Amino acid sequence: MSINIKTNRRDFIKLAATAGGGLMLGFQLTNSVASAMEDVSDAPVVTGTIDFNNYLSISPEGVVTLFSPNPELGQNIKTSFPMIVAEELDADWSKVKVVQAFLDAKKYERQLTGGSGAIPHSWERLRKAGATARYMLVEAAAKRWGVSSDILKTDTGMVLHPDGRKLSYGELATEAASIPIPTEVKLKDKKDFKIIGKAIRNVDNMDMITGKPLYGIDFYREGMVFAMIQRPAAFGMKLKSVDSTAAKAMSGIIDVVTFKNNVAVVGKSTWQVSKARKLLKIEYEAEGTIESSSDHDRILKELLDSKDAVVRRKDGDVETAFKNAAKVIAREYQCPFLSHSPMEPMNFFAHVRPDGIELVGPTQTPEAARTETGKLLGVSNDKITVEITRLGGGFGRRLKTDYVLEAAELSSIIKQPVKVIWSREDDMTGGSYRPAVRYRFDAALDANGNLIGYKLRGVGINVTNSTREDNFPSGAVDNLQIDSVEYKSPITTGAWRAPITNFLAFAEQAFLDEVAIAAGQDPVKFRLALLEKAKKTPAGAIKYDIDRMKGVIELAADKAGWGTKKDVSQGFSVYFSHRTYVAQVAEIEMKNGRPILKKIYAAADCGVVVNKSGALQQVKGGVVDGVGHALFGNVTFKEGAAEQKNFNSYRLIRIKEVPEVDVHFVDNGIDPTGLGEPALPPTGGAVANAIFKATGKRLYNQPFTKQDVMNGVNLGERM
Amino acid sequence: MAHYTLQINGKSLEANVDSDTPLLWVLRDNLGLVGTKFGCGIAQCGACTVHVNGTAVRSCTLPVSAVGTNKITTIEGLSANGDHPLQKAWNEVDVAQCGYCQAGQIMTAAALLAKKPKPSAEEIDNAMNGNICRCGTYHRIHEAIELASNKL
Repeated sequence: MSINIKTNRRDFIKLAATAGGGLMLGFQLTNSVASAMEDVSDAPVVTGTIDFNNYLSISPEGVVTLFSPNPELGQNIKTSFPMIVAEELDADWSKVKVVQAFLDAKKYERQLTGGSGAIPHSWERLRKAGATARYMLVEAAAKRWGVSSDILKTDTGMVLHPDGRKLSYGELATEAASIPIPTEVKLKDKKDFKIIGKAIRNVDNMDMITGKPLYGIDFYREGMVFAMIQRPAAFGMKLKSVDSTAAKAMSGIIDVVTFKNNVAVVGKSTWQVSKARKLLKIEYEAEGTIESSSDHDRILKELLDSKDAVVRRKDGDVETAFKNAAKVIAREYQCPFLSHSPMEPMNFFAHVRPDGIELVGPTQTPEAARTETGKLLGVSNDKITVEITRLGGGFGRRLKTDYVLEAAELSSIIKQPVKVIWSREDDMTGGSYRPAVRYRFDAALDANGNLIGYKLRGVGINVTNSTREDNFPSGAVDNLQIDSVEYKSPITTGAWRAPITNFLAFAEQAFLDEVAIAAGQDPVKFRLALLEKAKKTPAGAIKYDIDRMKGVIELAADKAGWGTKKDVSQGFSVYFSHRTYVAQVAEIEMKNGRPILKKIYAAADCGVVVNKSGALQQVKGGVVDGVGHALFGNVTFKEGAAEQKNFNSYRLIRIKEVPEVDVHFVDNGIDPTGLGEPALPPTGGAVANAIFKATGKRLYNQPFTKQDVMNGVNLGERM
Repeated sequence: MAHYTLQINGKSLEANVDSDTPLLWVLRDNLGLVGTKFGCGIAQCGACTVHVNGTAVRSCTLPVSAVGTNKITTIEGLSANGDHPLQKAWNEVDVAQCGYCQAGQIMTAAALLAKKPKPSAEEIDNAMNGNICRCGTYHRIHEAIELASNKL
């Protein structure tokens, strides 16, 4: 085998002189970690820099290095986080270097990607980091010029004197480092933002489009071995016996190792191990229940009548309201399991050495990866490093640490550095799924079409609470009960982009559409009237802001020309999740008697829009994801095994199937919230409601394309 | 194991590999050209797209033994400085989210534009329909191809 040593990233990176350059801080790298960076890390960008705090350093040459602590998986955090720091610093964005930080629990809080929480959690902290450094630079300039700092201003990496003199941040960096760190700093007025709110391009663009190593799967270390793992073929099975004779005899195979229910084939290349694993002769035996989708369908329906539901919320007198109702509407909705299917399959590098553990790869939860690895192998956290690579998608799959622990355990057994790679089939059949859930909604209307009673019960597979009991329409209905039932299954489930709400929003918004029409009201006006009621005579506590929800409803309706178009059928949906409000209008046109999903309008309120380009794409991508999974997403099980194993049977949305998406932001100056998830939940409901408008047919289950009512309906092809 | 001399990005590169090894894994594991991505292994997603004599091909199902002296271009060899019109357009339009599929998207688009510099909107979508983007950046992919096409 010949291995070419790749271009050393540092070859083209200027190494600043350390002598006379002030403080020499920054990362202290072990040799092994430093060599690893040749592949996937951008940490050694500049040395000889002055660290102002954990988020930024400035070199005497004027290069501002911004450290981005949270894993980047396409939510654009590696660009938007540094923008916030750069804004308050008044940095020259064109001279900024962004570096993905390693896991460092002492320096950073909540170094994880999930729940659309990074921006709201870090907003103030990042602003203060930038403002603190700016303060120190200004004070240093004031000292040098012998003037009061009050008269000085900053702009694009310069401190400005009223008489026209200016000093660059680089020139001031060394002196600024000796200025006492202020305990309080003044933050900018939002109207003065120059970087926040702009469309700033992804900082990794050039690396991504020229094929530079960036992702965990790209990581390479001289001397490492490759491994693939055969996991049980079905959930509920365990390993009984292994015959690895034939596999071991294959070229390039170093060893076959069995641990827990895993059979790991270790070799010299990915292809050789993937070939050899097919020759493993493995017997499995049942360990738990072996379930099929037909079992799940039956169980979910049965549990809707369970006597053991956990009551999540109860307002007023639901029984009386339903007894007195002029009209009762009861509907059920069900979704299947979904695969996360990030484009980069699961993988992780682990090197368990006598003196510590090195982990490198794509993870949404580096801290959990370290803690759980430490627990598994009896090693203290301070002896474990985690290098966070760029993630080729996550969608919640990489919140789990199973694939990290496997790599670490395997390395500890074979005592070699190893990269474990999952095939697409491994990911789709042995991974983690969005759980299947079934809902029952009941609405009671009085003779005037007022919603006087509302019930929701959710049954979820491995879901403790499949409802969001304090979300809309809670607060707007006097008599309301929300409860949930959980079914425990051996099938591994986990958070999937916008957990729970990714389907609950569809079910609720499709149901409310039906209730509005049963009440003889326009679906938009019906929702606005409910919000008005929640404001005037609230029933119980709520977790959403009524005015902000109203704001996106009105914006979406306005932009879409709700109710004014004759040639299209429109469907409405609105949802609040992960602190952000999104309303959508889907439009369907009939062409040759068939409905075509042409366009979706989205109105989002995430407060301040940090990066216009990133934010716009988060919403568009969320809508596309929402359309794709509502239409096609489907994992079914037969005797414990997923029936969809790759993209030939698990259908993801493709370019010809996406509608036009028109995005609008409220941008009301409120502190920003996240956008990684909130645009997805409302989409399915908007589409289903538009399909109803166009065809008179209601959709209750996903995926839409598998439903009988979709016969003759062609939504999969954009015209 | 067999020895192969491959014509990749204008260079002759050597690899000692099993003859059934897909070109994808020779590129990634043996030659250090990791810009070409593994996505599905069954030619369904397009992440592994390279050019063989200018035609877009799925390297995950192309055995190295079938490559011969055909000229292979990977994303690393598409342009000298990342300045192919499509790469420039991809940056300008700010296409990528996670970015993992984008090298394959660009290679598919580059083969299209080489054959048809001014494709219609429908031709763009037809050519790109074999490339999956899980993040849903399809609008920007389309927009970037149109932008590059207009500048050709």
